[in-house]
Amino acid sequence: MTAIRKFWISLVFSGLSVFAFAQAEHDEHHSAEAGHAAEMHSPCGHSVSAEQEFNAGDNAVHHIADANALHIVGDLYLHLPCILYAPEYGWTITTTAAFHPHHHGNGTKSKDGYVLVHGSVMRLQNSALAQGEFEISDYTHQDIEENGKTKTVYNAIIAGNCERLDAKTTFDGGVMGGGITSFYDYSITRNVFTMLLTVLILFLLFRSAAGAAVRRQGQAPKGLQNFLEPFVTFIRDEVAKPNIGHKYEKYLPYLLSAFFFILGLNLIGQVPFFPGSANVTGNISVTIVLALLTFLISTFSANKHFWEHTLWMPGVPAALKILILTPIEVLGLFLKPFTLLLRLFANITAGHIVILSFVSLIFIFGKAGESVGGSVAGAAASIPLTLFMMTLELLVAFLQAFIFTMLSAVYIGTAVEEPHH
Amino acid sequence: MLFLGDFSVIKPDPGLLFWTTVIFLIFWFLMSRFAFKPIAESLKKREVDIQDALDQAKKAREEMSHLQAENEKLLAQAREERAQILKEAKEAKDEIIAEAKERANAEYKRKVESAIQDIENQKMAALVDLKNTSGRLAVEIAEKILQKELGNKSEQEAYAKSLADQIKMN
Repeated sequence: MTAIRKFWISLVFSGLSVFAFAQAEHDEHHSAEAGHAAEMHSPCGHSVSAEQEFNAGDNAVHHIADANALHIVGDLYLHLPCILYAPEYGWTITTTAAFHPHHHGNGTKSKDGYVLVHGSVMRLQNSALAQGEFEISDYTHQDIEENGKTKTVYNAIIAGNCERLDAKTTFDGGVMGGGITSFYDYSITRNVFTMLLTVLILFLLFRSAAGAAVRRQGQAPKGLQNFLEPFVTFIRDEVAKPNIGHKYEKYLPYLLSAFFFILGLNLIGQVPFFPGSANVTGNISVTIVLALLTFLISTFSANKHFWEHTLWMPGVPAALKILILTPIEVLGLFLKPFTLLLRLFANITAGHIVILSFVSLIFIFGKAGESVGGSVAGAAASIPLTLFMMTLELLVAFLQAFIFTMLSAVYIGTAVEEPHH
Repeated sequence: MLFLGDFSVIKPDPGLLFWTTVIFLIFWFLMSRFAFKPIAESLKKREVDIQDALDQAKKAREEMSHLQAENEKLLAQAREERAQILKEAKEAKDEIIAEAKERANAEYKRKVESAIQDIENQKMAALVDLKNTSGRLAVEIAEKILQKELGNKSEQEAYAKSLADQIKMN
């Protein structure tokens, strides 16, 4: 029963689009892979390959994350380029094949100090291992206290020794548990690969529609052209024109690009198998870039009227302006793109977590009943719920792409608005 | 144990930031240049074309009804004209016939009159001739009588009688 309670806790949290906490229990079930059983009791934590009680939260968080390894099915991987930079050692350019990944994206070899854990590249802290290849028998994770904070660290087991691993650098300043570490990862990850694929598909589709539009000039549109044109007309007539006004043509390509980029990635992210399943628009790095572009475009397009109303609102006492209005307006300037990036990220990530949680029902029930019967019960509950959630997510895919585009248009519109008094 | 540390989607990743920027900028450029521009242009052109076509159809319809009215007017006018022409033709025909009749009559009259005149003239000429001849004969007879009277009365009478017979002979 604890498993079910755990599931509900994780569901409640994930429903709130916050990450899922789940009370971890370190029941030491014996691994199906007997070979790794020995490391279960290694001095540096718990083996990642040993079977543990199924944890819906861990599972969801792992699946929505970006990864270097692109898993297709079974032990089959699409090996993606790894472009890694360690300030002390320079660039390492290779592919995930160099790490010889097997189950769950765990590599069996290190390459120039880099290893692959759960599909993500990490770096060995030990400088003795910074060059060449080493055989890795297993990975472990362990919770340690550091500066009064509990954090999870990963270790690689090389020749029986525990070797601490560094995660890649992230720009969260340590607030989210990341920070600047020993290396930077500029690899073509699963998300980058999905982005490239989506962009390519979109470009080919639109190129074909544009070709038809030019070739069939003066004729009624049909086929793909007829399918895509209403989207373009919608963004133009319902988003760009009413919000930006007569200057809309200059900003229309950006709005259309953003809309189709987000929509394409949202939709491909819904596909639960290769080449889909990557949570791209649910990754804050992606939404940061998009929101930043909207911010830059609206800020650099802003006219005198906009700046006057932002910084020195006419018709308001000076004291009020200095104390309240101007600080709020300036804050709003940065809050607008921030809400934009957070809204898209949170909606998509939350949707993915909920779907993954529903799918997890099968495993939770299966484990609770320790039988196929439990799994069947789980599936009976899971399938309608997942179906419902996926339908909802399909709506959200369109909705969030539309909202992002709409708000971008509103922000640009406010910036270029002409005074009319 | 799950920590925020594992929740990597909320941590801005330099690699992903870099690639997203690059990919989106290229996407933006390519789509604007090769997809959205031609599509937007063709949409705009089509909208203008449709509006034009509608306007033209409306104009054509108006023109058509205008033309129809005009046609009807012309037709009525033509009909009227035809009636007029027919009427005129009939009148001309009657006039020509009447004129011809009149002329024929006049000619006939003239011919008859001239014939009568000729007859009269001939008759007069004959009468004159008769008068002259009878006069001359009377004179001649008288002359001869006068010459004979002096001799014998019976002879005279016989002579006169022979003269008269001579006239009859003639």
